[in-house]
Amino acid sequence: MTWEPVIGLEIHVHLKTRTKMFCRCRVAYFEPPNTQTCPVCLALPGALPVPNRAAVEWTILLGHALGCRIPERAIFHRKNYFYPDNPKGYQISQYDEPLCVEGSFVVPEPEGDVLVGIERAHLEEDAAKTVHVGGAEGRIHGADRSLVDFNRAGTPLVEIVTKPDIRSAEEAKRFLQLLRQTVVELGISDAEMEKGSLRFDVNVSVRPAGSDELRTRTELKNMNSFNFAAKGIEREVRRQIEIYESGGHVEQETLHFDPGNESAPPLRSKEEAQDYRYFPEPDLVPLEPEREVVERLRGELPEVPSARIRRLEEEVGFALAEELVTSERDELYSRIPGERAAVANVVMNELAALGLDPAGVNAEELGKVIERRGEIPRAAFSEALAESASPGFSAERYLAEAAIADVSELDPVIDRILGANEQQVEAYRGGKEGLLGFFVGQVMKETGGKANPKVVNERLREKLRA
Amino acid sequence: MGSSTENSAYGPTRNPWDPGRVPGGSSGGSAAAVAAGLAPWALGSDTGGSIKQPAALCGVVGLRPTYGTVSRYGIVAFASSLDQVGPIAKTVRDCALLHKIIAGRDPADSTTVELPDPIELPENADLKGVRIGVPKELNETEGIEPGVTEAANRTIELARELGAEVGECRLPRSVEYGLPCYYLIAPSEASSNLARYDGVRYGLRVDAGDVRAMYERTRDAGFGDEPKRRIMLGTYALSAGYYEAYYGQAQKVRTVIRDEHDAAFERFDLLVSPTSPTVAFELGARTANPLAMYAADLLTIPSNMAGLPGLSIPCGLSEGLPVGFQLIGRQFSENLLFRAGHALEQAIGFDYVPERLK
Repeated sequence: MTWEPVIGLEIHVHLKTRTKMFCRCRVAYFEPPNTQTCPVCLALPGALPVPNRAAVEWTILLGHALGCRIPERAIFHRKNYFYPDNPKGYQISQYDEPLCVEGSFVVPEPEGDVLVGIERAHLEEDAAKTVHVGGAEGRIHGADRSLVDFNRAGTPLVEIVTKPDIRSAEEAKRFLQLLRQTVVELGISDAEMEKGSLRFDVNVSVRPAGSDELRTRTELKNMNSFNFAAKGIEREVRRQIEIYESGGHVEQETLHFDPGNESAPPLRSKEEAQDYRYFPEPDLVPLEPEREVVERLRGELPEVPSARIRRLEEEVGFALAEELVTSERDELYSRIPGERAAVANVVMNELAALGLDPAGVNAEELGKVIERRGEIPRAAFSEALAESASPGFSAERYLAEAAIADVSELDPVIDRILGANEQQVEAYRGGKEGLLGFFVGQVMKETGGKANPKVVNERLREKLRA
Repeated sequence: MGSSTENSAYGPTRNPWDPGRVPGGSSGGSAAAVAAGLAPWALGSDTGGSIKQPAALCGVVGLRPTYGTVSRYGIVAFASSLDQVGPIAKTVRDCALLHKIIAGRDPADSTTVELPDPIELPENADLKGVRIGVPKELNETEGIEPGVTEAANRTIELARELGAEVGECRLPRSVEYGLPCYYLIAPSEASSNLARYDGVRYGLRVDAGDVRAMYERTRDAGFGDEPKRRIMLGTYALSAGYYEAYYGQAQKVRTVIRDEHDAAFERFDLLVSPTSPTVAFELGARTANPLAMYAADLLTIPSNMAGLPGLSIPCGLSEGLPVGFQLIGRQFSENLLFRAGHALEQAIGFDYVPERLK
């Protein structure tokens, strides 16, 4: 039997608003512990939450990017549980009326678009950070003490939940990469996994290919990179298939990966059905985003990466289009005039290696150089690329260094070189045609790299045939 | 919490009219302080009747404002969707004056709104053109003491003499379901609001081997019986599988109560009744019976559930103890409550100084 993976993702994105979700403390993660706190985020008696308008608007903006519907009304709920990093004893989150619902996110693939359904995107507050001191480094078990840093408590977090529409580890990885890029381009989050501003969990199950059943899933937690996630998913898919093929059944459980040690097998834990006693947060009124604001935000939405890939694919093919967009060089590509495939190749293969700031490149002038690259010396072309982001860069200077294509100028050089290398000439004529490159190199050396390679090749072949 | 101050961690407050009796609660301390002349006015916080009921039992004036007109920032939250701060004073005018100061939008409390009209100090002496409804269930329910009914009826008669049009109306479902509904919603919210007292960041902590045990011991030692009872009730009512039957259902009933009041206000400008079914009861009389204690709020809870403002004014004595008279208005009708309360107050001529303090 062939098996088909069924994968869904839950992604947490930290919003980089200036202040926290429900108070005016600064969002700052690297300040001394417990310095970015106030009565609200410490849950002192009598303190009340006031929602951060920017966080609400950014979530709506993200909702637009995810193709979501923004309902007329959204409400905050309390998610009740006791934990030292949860100062109020409840987290303000969203439950059955989130800000964004029913979206879909396009993951372009060579064979066509993969549409990943977005169940919802909602806004909530993050917990504080617990640090375990003593005992087995950083682990709660055996620690001497646990310390809580409330700087992170109450910072805004968006949770995005996909439908179980993803069918392979590779697809999951591409989804995450594109989603991350989208979020970063919207300017609402750094979305850096190392800093914890992007976190995600993966739900994995398998089923006979072609069926539409949903079997028991396991949840993969704490993965620290997209590649690691892809490996983890593949491993889990294989494990589940083996279980089914040997007649067993998959247990619903959570697999906790150790981000510090990728090769360690994940710790397993039973999913405890915790009762969070959700109820509408009575300290807040329902959010009813004004339609003008929702529409204004829709207007502010830039073209998302997946749409740009699809647009550029028509000009340069899928592979280059995807490379351009995911490396964030497509903007530069679009600015440079000229034959599209040539421009794309230069941008991806040559400019990328130089490490220039794409935004600083003088595209208009560079376009002129690329257009006539065959007519100028290789060295001049390379130099032009390297200088293309410098102030005062002008194509004219490099185009002036036209390659020597004049036969009357090249012939004496070629004759001299052939005369000085009689042995090699013999060998070539004896069948070692690979020596042509040697002669070309010699001519280039002699002319300081300024000879037109095409003409040199032609003249050499002709003279060696004689 | 509760209707007598007997659940206070610092011990009960005594009623200035009779130190052997409760002042009502939970803001009984505020009402007693004003009644005893210790303060010209005081603030109370009202969830199910905690301003109106002690004001009634202590012979002073108390306003529970329209939900959302006074900031809750800084008060220890009990049931957030019902909690409201309000003034307690000796006269209606003082009450209006204090309310004028505290009412209005506070950016720190998202549930507050700007008042549609500024608060005015009442001047009038009559009730001409005011239509007063007397809800049968609030005035004739079992458990109202005869002396209380007598004082309330006398006040209704006075209102008529002052020019009010008085008629009967019905609030059957509000009175039948108000109390049970309240005792689902308030404890549910309380169970969540009181979760922050966990011993982690401030206040009492009883150390134990692990964090879970520390929570249990701290909360066991720190909370009294009544908060524990409400935390248990509320946790149960919010639990998966029970939510729809209890908390969810109570919210729906709340809408029914609101609609029933709205319907009454199509015919009337004010609804009136005794504030409390009884005068001040003796200390300890109800501590063994939580249900009897909960019944003290029977008449104040329905309008609270509807988010409506209510004013309690003293309307006479029964067995030498003050009787409170409750006026309920539409949302944001505080000015009318003050005008009507002031006119009645003038006509009643209640002496707010307890006999034994003269």
